[in-house]
Amino acid sequence: MSNLITHLEALSNAPGISGDEIEVRRVIRPLIKDTVDDLRVDPMGNLIAYRAGTGSSPLRVLVTAHMDEVGLMVIGHHGDGSLKIDTVGGIAARLLPGLSVRVGKKSLPGVIGLQAIHRADGLEKAPNTSQLAVDIGAKSKDEAERLAPVGTSIVFATRFQTIGNSCLGKAFDDRAGCAILIDLLLGERFPFDVYGVFTVQEEVGLRGARVAAYTVEPDFGITLEGTLADDLPKEEADVSPTTELDKGPAITVMDRSYITPPRLLRHFVRMAEAEGLPFQLKQPGIGGTDSGGVHRAKAGVPAITVAVPCRYIHSPVSLLRQSDLTATALLVNAGVRQLATQDLRTMK
Amino acid sequence: MDLTLLETLTQTFGPSGYEDDIRSVIRKSVEAFADEIRVDPLGSLVAYRKGTGETPKKILLAAHMDEIGLMVTHIEEHGFVRFTSIGGVRALSHIGQRVRFANGITGPIYLERRDPPKLPGLQHLYIDVGATSREDCPIGVGETGVFVGPLVQQGTRLISKTMDDRIGCYILIEMLRRLKDSANDVYVAFTTQEEITLSGARTSAFRIDPDIAIALDVTATGDTPKALPMDVSLGKGPAVKVKDSGMIAHPRVRDMLVDAAERAGVPYQMEILLAGTTDAAAMQLVRSGVPSGCLSIPCRYIHSTVEMVDQVDVENAIELMLALLSKPIRINAKKAFDQT
Repeated sequence: MSNLITHLEALSNAPGISGDEIEVRRVIRPLIKDTVDDLRVDPMGNLIAYRAGTGSSPLRVLVTAHMDEVGLMVIGHHGDGSLKIDTVGGIAARLLPGLSVRVGKKSLPGVIGLQAIHRADGLEKAPNTSQLAVDIGAKSKDEAERLAPVGTSIVFATRFQTIGNSCLGKAFDDRAGCAILIDLLLGERFPFDVYGVFTVQEEVGLRGARVAAYTVEPDFGITLEGTLADDLPKEEADVSPTTELDKGPAITVMDRSYITPPRLLRHFVRMAEAEGLPFQLKQPGIGGTDSGGVHRAKAGVPAITVAVPCRYIHSPVSLLRQSDLTATALLVNAGVRQLATQDLRTMK
Repeated sequence: MDLTLLETLTQTFGPSGYEDDIRSVIRKSVEAFADEIRVDPLGSLVAYRKGTGETPKKILLAAHMDEIGLMVTHIEEHGFVRFTSIGGVRALSHIGQRVRFANGITGPIYLERRDPPKLPGLQHLYIDVGATSREDCPIGVGETGVFVGPLVQQGTRLISKTMDDRIGCYILIEMLRRLKDSANDVYVAFTTQEEITLSGARTSAFRIDPDIAIALDVTATGDTPKALPMDVSLGKGPAVKVKDSGMIAHPRVRDMLVDAAERAGVPYQMEILLAGTTDAAAMQLVRSGVPSGCLSIPCRYIHSTVEMVDQVDVENAIELMLALLSKPIRINAKKAFDQT
């Protein structure tokens, strides 16, 4: 538990857009290799950590957190040596102009500029991604192609920081979930076998989780997330903030990808109450999570998503409270552990 | 026509993901007619009837138990309830209708009056459960509701909420009741979550690993004033699906349904549905693929509180299904197409 923040820092700073998660795997592997019984990478890049149970429960439980983050990809080169880009995952193009980025495996520094021909328009209108270009200081198309060929990954250059009880950094969606999953795998052994899977390609369609659940074929699936907190003051005040900081873990009832089985929802709510932990229900109908991929695997998997509320996700800097992160880790640990004592597999 | 059963089916609570009540109703009605009953991990109820042949083929028949509904997203300061949809809920069809929540609380759905948009969305609607403040509101975020719409019989027409797809459930229940010896292993799945992700049918089909799969569901019609063009009418027989926006029916399964209609001597229509799909779309993609089709009940005003079907179509669908099951299924999934 004490290492949650240290781990989050290393995870947040690692680059890893969807489909290019290797650097995140490199951060996670050494942290958990001594406490898990098997560690492997599946054909899509999911990092599957197996931890045998104490044998007192026959269950098999899958816990996932996704490694990938939203970012950019080089899709071509301009004559002036700047890079044509497209977004990977959901990013609003209006956020991008002027941002510092890191480009490719060598982490070249770059800046997102507007193309010269559009400068006359200034920044009055939000640009399209096609009007933006990344400048890495290359003087020619040839040089740009050599330094950052088509397909090169680009991430926000944000470095992790803490301010009091808050953390600032990129990719808390879902490195916050990864930090909690690491914590779960480092803690006390569970009564049943646990598969902790750090998944790939969540941001582009829950793709890694779907195949991971097929491989593991679990009795339950728990998805750990960093989810949006939309709790800043608004013009129209009386609307849902989706989730709020300082109110503890956000439990999903339904999002656009799946519905939590009522018995699993009750279980986690009761666990929060029993442990004296704060919790909130995430506004239903917003976003999608790996549970959407997990629940439909093979003969079906009851699944639930539990998340740390984070402001400004899918942007260069997200912000979360350490207290929310800790409370989420505690709830997940208790909720998963107590699956062994409840008869949640069967329905009348 | 067992109107008591149909009334119970259409009026029992069961939005996607919350099918406990409707499952227990259906379980009671099929228990005596199944060799085995099972509930799958996502809640689908599967009634199994053993076939009589030496090596009977496995046929999976699916009708979904879940219905469209809504989920509460926010309670306003003065106790008004905001919501999101479960499944395809159109704002226009539900303004002025009533909602019933799982705990029995009901309330009208209405539209904000200031700056009315030309085409309102759900974000412009609210539910009034009679509360005056957030604190005294008897409903909380995350609670589910369904729409209110009683069953009415008028001539041969039946009007109710949730004909989609309790009429399919009704047909399969009646079929099981009347089914004598079956030449095939019959798996009747009352599936969950069709209205959102087709996840119930997808996962039950995986477990059952059938030779063929057929969904029973409603389809739209083209026989109302200025309807979108569609060659399906109410009362002209059950519709054999050729294609919808999620699948193309397997030609052999389609032909089997046509053959069964002709053997049963019931009228039928061929259906091409431009928008919408059924459990069959998910079942056909399970494992290495399952030849799948769909028998549809023509239904006007789908996804409203006044869904209308014709009971003659319903009766004919039951007869058609019994004829289908009376003959051994000869399809071999691996050799359904010419191997050359």
